[in-house]
Amino acid sequence: MRAPTRTETHGNPTRRPAVGGGPVAFVQGRLRWGFETVEAVLDRIFGPAWNPLYQLGALGFFYYWVVAVSGIYIYIFFDTGTTEAYDSVQYLTVDQWYLGGVMRSLHRYASDGMILMMVVHMLREFALDRYRGARWFTWVTGTPILWLVFVAGITGYWMVWDQLAQYIAIASTEWLDWLGIFGEAIARNFLTPTTLDDRFFTLLTFIHIVAPLLLLLVLWIHLQRVTKPRINPKRGLAAGTFLMLVALSFVKPAVSHPPADLTVVPGVLKLDWFYLSAYPLMDTFSNGAVWAFAGVLTFMLFALPWLPPVRRPAAAVVDLNNCNGCERCANDCPYNAIIMRPRSDALPFEQEASVHASLCVGCGICAGACPTSTPFRRASELVPGIDLPDRSLRALRDEADAVAAGLAGDARVMVFGCDHAVPVGRLATDGIGTLSLPCIAAVPPSFIDYVLSRDLADGVVITGCRDGECFNRYGVAWMTARLLGERDPYLRKRVPRERIVTSWAAASDRVALEKQIETFRASLSALPKPSAPQAPQAPQAPQAMADGDGPNA
Amino acid sequence: MGTVQMRSFAKYLGQGIVYALIAVLLGVFADTPAYRHFDDDKAELTLSLAHSGKHVRECRRLSAAEIAALPPNMRKPVDCPRERVPVLVEVELDGQLIVREFVPPSGLFGDGPSQIYKNFVIPTGSYNLVVRLRESTRDEGFDYQREARVVIGPRQRFVIGFRAEAGGFIFGATTEPADSPADTQQLG
Repeated sequence: MRAPTRTETHGNPTRRPAVGGGPVAFVQGRLRWGFETVEAVLDRIFGPAWNPLYQLGALGFFYYWVVAVSGIYIYIFFDTGTTEAYDSVQYLTVDQWYLGGVMRSLHRYASDGMILMMVVHMLREFALDRYRGARWFTWVTGTPILWLVFVAGITGYWMVWDQLAQYIAIASTEWLDWLGIFGEAIARNFLTPTTLDDRFFTLLTFIHIVAPLLLLLVLWIHLQRVTKPRINPKRGLAAGTFLMLVALSFVKPAVSHPPADLTVVPGVLKLDWFYLSAYPLMDTFSNGAVWAFAGVLTFMLFALPWLPPVRRPAAAVVDLNNCNGCERCANDCPYNAIIMRPRSDALPFEQEASVHASLCVGCGICAGACPTSTPFRRASELVPGIDLPDRSLRALRDEADAVAAGLAGDARVMVFGCDHAVPVGRLATDGIGTLSLPCIAAVPPSFIDYVLSRDLADGVVITGCRDGECFNRYGVAWMTARLLGERDPYLRKRVPRERIVTSWAAASDRVALEKQIETFRASLSALPKPSAPQAPQAPQAPQAMADGDGPNA
Repeated sequence: MGTVQMRSFAKYLGQGIVYALIAVLLGVFADTPAYRHFDDDKAELTLSLAHSGKHVRECRRLSAAEIAALPPNMRKPVDCPRERVPVLVEVELDGQLIVREFVPPSGLFGDGPSQIYKNFVIPTGSYNLVVRLRESTRDEGFDYQREARVVIGPRQRFVIGFRAEAGGFIFGATTEPADSPADTQQLG
C-alpha cells in the first residue's frame, strides 16, 4: 500500500450533498471553503498533527490554563478596595514588570486567545455541519461557555478599577438593571466615590473566580458525548503558542487606564474588542435592545441544531445472532454511542453490543470495525453484528458488484469515498467506479480484499477527510491503522498493497484527487496482471470467531 | 540533505509568521482602535433616587370593637395600608423641564420605594437647575424642592440624588453660589 497522501489544491467550494440547499447551506459552503483553504496552507506549514485549526478546542483549553496559572499569581498581589485594587495592579505592572507585568499580560492575551479559539471553533463546527443530530448536545452545551467566558473576562477588567473598569461597571450595571429584577438599581453603587464600597470588590473577585470554575464544569459536560476528547494540543503547538504569548507580553505589556473617578465620565477608552465589543452597542442602542440582541443570538445558537434542514440518520442496529461481543465497535465509536452489556440471549458469549440511538450519528464506523462485516459471505445472508439500516453492508456489496460490472479497461479503479470529503460520485468514469459512505472507516478492510481478490477492479482508492480532520473524529485514523495492520480489523496480508492508494482530501481538493487517481491508474497499468480470482471462502458464523480471528485477521 | 534543511527552515519560518500574525491579532484588538465613549464638550447629568412615597391613605385608629374582632395575635390599635403613592419627580434645566415622571412604588404590593435612574448628556456650561419631588397624596405642589446655579465642566458627571434624612436633594458635585437663593428645603 502506498503511504497515506495528502492532496493540497483548492478547488471551488463544494457542498456536502447531505447539507441541502438554502441560505444556511450557502453560508456553510462559503465558510467551509474558507476554512479548507486556510487549513491547506497550515497543513503545509505545521503538518496535519500540529495544524492549529484542527485543535481549536484543545488550544482553547491551553489558553484557559495559561489564564488560570497567571491569574493565581496576580491574585497573590491583588488587593480588594476602591483604591487598593488599582494600586496593587499598578505595582504588578510597573514595579514588578519583569514577572507580575508579564503575568498580567499573559492573563489578558491568553483570555483574548480563548475568545478567538472559541469563536473560530464554533464557526468551524457550524461550517462543517457538525452540530446537528446526535451532536446537538455538544453544540448546545457550548453556548453557555460563551456567556461564562464573557462574565469571567468582563469582571476581570472591572477589578482593575481604572477608567475602563468604571465605564464597564456603570454600563454593565445599567444593563443589568434594565431587567428590573434587583431590589435596588445596582448602578446606584457607582454614583459617587462615597457610594462605592470595598466589599463590592470582594464580590467581584468571588464572581471572577467562580465563573472560570463553573466554566470548567460546563466544559466537562461539553465533552461528555465524545470519546477520547482532545483537550491538550500537541506539545510543539502548545510550546509555540506559549512563546508567542510571552513575546507579545514583553513587546506590548498590558497596562491600565488612569484610575477610576466617578465624578468624571471616561472619554476615550482602549477597549479590548474581544470581550467588550458589545459595550459601544449599549451607548448607541437602548439597554433593552442590547438584551434583545443577546437573547435572540443565544436562542439562535441554542436552536441551530434543530433548524431546517433537519436530518437524523438512522442509528446503527445490533444483530445479536451475529454479535460475539468482541468490543471492536464500542472501541471505535467516536461518540460513546455503543456500550457493552451482559449477554441477553443464549449464545455463549459474555457480552453484547448495545447502541444508544440518541447518541449515534450513523457514521457506520462500528460496521466497519465488526469482524462479521465480510462481503465474502454468500452462503448465509450478509448481516453483520452491527450495521446501518440506511446503508447496510449487504447493499454496499450489491452496489460494489453492480459498479464493478460497469467498469472497463485495464486499470479499473474502485473508489471508496466519504460523504463529508470529496464527492466521489463526480469522479466516476468508465474506468472508475465510486462508492460513498457516511465515513471512510465504515468500509470494512475485507471489502478491499473482496474487490481485488474477486477482480472487481484492478485497484482501490480509499479517500476520506483530511488527515487530522475527520468529520467523524476518528474515521481517518482508524482506517489508516486498519490498513497498516495496527488496529483490528486488519487488512489481510495477502492483499497487494501496490493496488491500494489512500488520499485524505477535503471537499475542495477534488482536482488534486483526480490527478492522483490518474497517476495511480497509470501505475496499475504497469503492474503485472494478478492471477485468477480466488475461490470464495466459506461463510463464518460469529460463534466460531474469537477476537482477532475474523476474516480480516 | 540541504533541501531537507531548507524545507525544515521554511516550515519553522512559516510557523513563526503564523504565530506572529496571531500575536498581532491579539495585540492589536486587545486595545485598538480606541473608542470615544464621551465627548470632551459634554457632561452627564444623572438622576438617581430611591425614595418611598407616603401611604395611599392615613392610618386609621381602630375602635375597641374592631380590635376585639381581630384574632388575638393580630390586634393592633391602628390600621395602616401597605400601598404607597407614586413619587412625582421633576427636573428643570434653565427653565426647560427634562423630567416629569410619576415613579410607581416597587414590590408586588406596591409597598417598596419608588426608584428612578436616568442619564442625560448635556453640553458643558452653567445651568439653573431645579429639582422637585412630591411624595404625598397632595394633588398640587411638591414636598421637596432644590434650586441651584451649577457649573458643569467637561465630562463631569453631575449626580442628583435624594435622601430625606439629609434634608432632600443632594447634588453630587460642587455647586456655585446661585444668583437667586438656592436652597434645599422640605416644603410644608
